[in-house]
Parts: sequence; C-alpha cells; structure tokens
Amino acid sequence: MDLNIAGIRLDVTEDGYLTDVSQWTKEIGLEIAKNEGVEMTDRHWEVVSWLQEQVKNDVALSVRGIKKSGVLNIKEFYALFPKGPLKVSTKIAGVPKPKSCI
Amino acid sequence: MKNLVILGAGTSGTMMANHLVSKLPKKTWKITIVDQYKTHYYQPGFLFLPFDTYTEDQVKKVGKKFIPKGVNYIQKKIDKILPEENKVALEDETIDYDLLIIATGSKIAPEETEGLLGPLWKKDIFDFYTFEGALALRNKLREWEGGKLVVHLTEMPIKCPVAPLEFAFLADSYFTKKGMRDKVEITYVTPLSGAFTKPTCSKSLSYLLSEKGIHMESDFAIERVDNETKEIVDYGESKIPFDLLVTVPTNMGDDLIERSGLGDDLNFVPTHKHTLQSIAHENIFVIGDATNVPASKAGSVAHFQAETLTDNILLYLKGYTLKEEFDGHANCFIETGHNKALLIDFNYNTEPVHGTFPFAKIGPLKLLKESIFNHWGKLAFRWIYWNMLLKGIAIPFVSRNMSFKGKVFDIKKN
Repeated sequence: MDLNIAGIRLDVTEDGYLTDVSQWTKEIGLEIAKNEGVEMTDRHWEVVSWLQEQVKNDVALSVRGIKKSGVLNIKEFYALFPKGPLKVSTKIAGVPKPKSCI
Repeated sequence: MKNLVILGAGTSGTMMANHLVSKLPKKTWKITIVDQYKTHYYQPGFLFLPFDTYTEDQVKKVGKKFIPKGVNYIQKKIDKILPEENKVALEDETIDYDLLIIATGSKIAPEETEGLLGPLWKKDIFDFYTFEGALALRNKLREWEGGKLVVHLTEMPIKCPVAPLEFAFLADSYFTKKGMRDKVEITYVTPLSGAFTKPTCSKSLSYLLSEKGIHMESDFAIERVDNETKEIVDYGESKIPFDLLVTVPTNMGDDLIERSGLGDDLNFVPTHKHTLQSIAHENIFVIGDATNVPASKAGSVAHFQAETLTDNILLYLKGYTLKEEFDGHANCFIETGHNKALLIDFNYNTEPVHGTFPFAKIGPLKLLKESIFNHWGKLAFRWIYWNMLLKGIAIPFVSRNMSFKGKVFDIKKN
C-alpha cells in the first residue's frame, strides 16, 4: 500500500504504519495524527521523539515499558492518545507497530 | 570433577538432565538439578481441569520419577545465583558450578494488577495457570448458575499464549453440554488487537469466535479490578462488567532471577535467541519460559530448544563456536471445543501456515484447520509428555527446526 502525505508518496503497511522510518518528517506525523483524530501539542511531540529514540535503541515498546519509563504515566498516555495509545502513537511516530504478539 | 548445575526441574530442566546424563562423561562431570517442589505438573492439563475433562491425578506425578539415575537431585529452595563467583546459594548451602542452566520457568504475578487479589479472588475471580487455581475454578464452575463470564489476558508475554482463547472455546462447549449456554454470556478480553497473538491466525480464525457466540474486546490494557462494582477497568477508563472473571495475570520469571540481578523488567533472563546462551555470562545457559527470547513460552518450544541447547553445551565445553540454530519453532494444538482442535506450527520469522503435519500432503494432522484428529492429538500429547518428552526422547518425524514441506504459504502478511 502507499499513502500520499504532504505531496510525498509513502510506503505503508496494511494498517497504515510507515515501512521506512527514515521517510518520517514532522509534517507526516502531523498528517497521520489528524487522520487519527489527535491534536498534537508539545507534550505529544515529546512522547513521539521518546518513542523514536526507544526504537532506535532496539527497546521493545510495551505498556509496561511506558509504566517504568519515568517519561510519562499510562493515564497521561491514554489522555494524549485515546483508544490504544501505543498503536496510535507509534503510527504517528512512524515506527513499526509494536509486536507484543508472541 | 566439574559441576553442571540445572536450576528448576520442570519441563525444561528435566529434559536437560535426561539429555545430558548420557552425553557428559561421568568421570569428569557431576550433574546436579535443584528444585524445591516435589510434584511435577503436566501444565497443559490445567486447561482441562476446570471442565472436569482431566482429574487431579492425571496432571501430576512425583518429579523424582523423571530425574535420571546418575543425576544429583537436590530438593531445596534457591536463594540466588552468584554469577561472578560461579556459585548458587541454596537455602542452607552454597554449591559451585562450572556450567549453569537456568530453567526456572515463569509464574503468574496477580499482585501486579491492582484489585486482582481483592475480596473476590478465588470467589468470583480465578486463574487457571496454577494447579490450585484450576482446581478452585473447577469447583466454582460445577455450581455456577450462569451470568457474564469474562475470559481475560493481562499482558504479553504469557505462558502458552493461546490458552486463554482455548479456555473461552472450551467454556462454550462445556456450558452447551450442560444445557445452560443460553444463561452464559462469554466475553474474551485481550490487550492485543486481535484474538490470536499471531496476526495471520486472527485473520483466518476469527470466525471461530462469532461461530461460538463469544464477544471480543481488544486493545484493553487493564489498570485495575473493581471488586465493588465487579468490573475490570482499563487505563482509558473503559469498563467491562463480570459475574465470573477468569484471568491470566501478568507472567513473570522467578523471583530468584531478580534477587540474582539477572533479569529484565519481568525477571526473564536476556538470552541469545539462536544459541540460548545468556547474554551476560558465557557459562550460563537459559531454556524454556525463563528466557526473554521472542518465542512462545510453551512445552513444545522448550522441547525444540533442549535439542539445540544440548548440542551447544557440548560444543561450548569443547571450546567450539556455538550453533546459532534455534529458530523459535513452536508447534501447538489449540482446543476449539466440541471435541475439535487446531494445530499451528510457526517460528520466529514464519507465521502459522496451512498444510499438513508432520508429513507433507499426508498429514494426518491438518494445520490451521479444525479437526477431530487434532483434538485426539492434543489428548495423546499427555502420554507423549510423561513418557517421551520429559525423558528427552525425540518425537518421531518432528524436527527441532520448522520444516517447510507440505505447508502452504497462502496467508498474506501484515
């Protein structure tokens, strides 16, 4: 599948995750957020950068990991990205959908 | 004399003792296995215990029976591993090792979820991952008159990832047989996006849920159990009411891993996913549920790992490079109720596929399709477990690495 965002053609997975993280820009993140019904604030972007940093360092993302991160608590995470925050926030961050599926 | 020490005499530890006793020279190696518990449980049987399909006696035996002669069996509590000194502190003595195998498994940690151990625990809230839990649930189900049954899974990873779904399927079957299915509303609640942990399974098997009239709530990350209102509540404040909650609590590695400073957040030991050597110490190897490798925590996986691990320990002792061989191979029966079952076969990289097993085109078992034959396979497995698997006898025609023969790759990847 591909997606046209801000005039750029992007490869995405069936459920809309970028397949190439290096294609990500803030504009793209903003567009995805709009589609997800999330209005981005500075706090949202902080969380997005933190998620990208985790993925870069090969840290597997999970709700439990968020709990222990010290970066934000889960209540806040849900407030920022309602309805499946991990799924939504990773999509906006342009990182792969977390695989907690073993 | 050198010492090889195995911690844990469950499925993995017992298999390793049986594999190694015939392969290590008795004159130079002493094998010791440590486990505080006397009873060896057939854990897959815990799924059947609540439904009165198995009796208590069918799922437990004296562990000693399965430890081979020539292996020193110590029944004591393990305090901690001292990796820098190559020692293990037991409750009242300290033993040395030259090579250590950690096979201490995983266990439920209901205390991780607020309210789970509240006033309703073992009254209206049950687990079936412990012998005691499964038995208490059996007694409850015998007299339960119906209502909202919620089958719930807290977070991944869990031991035997399909077990909660199987529980929901078997519950449908059980209440139908009792003539009270119309009095029971079954809801399956998962933190994942689909019912199955593998996306291809969710795609090709989701019909099973609607066929059986099981409701599903996905993406539900539980925050707490409200014992007053009898609801489970997630972080987004969505609530699911229950009359009877059957939950799989958070699974964690043994506390001794934490005491030893060897685990991750969930007390699982960081382990090389292809060699099964621990990341931190070259003379410590890890097998089964105790590892953090991204394979299913299941007996079949431990069985395949045991074969690779045995070879790698022999290579390590000779000073050779280890085989990066283990591929995450799992082979699981999934009970779907009404005397049918599915069989799935997968590894780290390959999602479950269609086809036949173990023989290409012949089967007799069918992959990813419900059949009565698969159900017999699951029941026969109990015999295989006690008589072959624990003793380290290879299961005929089933290889440690996933075979691609007779399999059809017709399911689109996500």
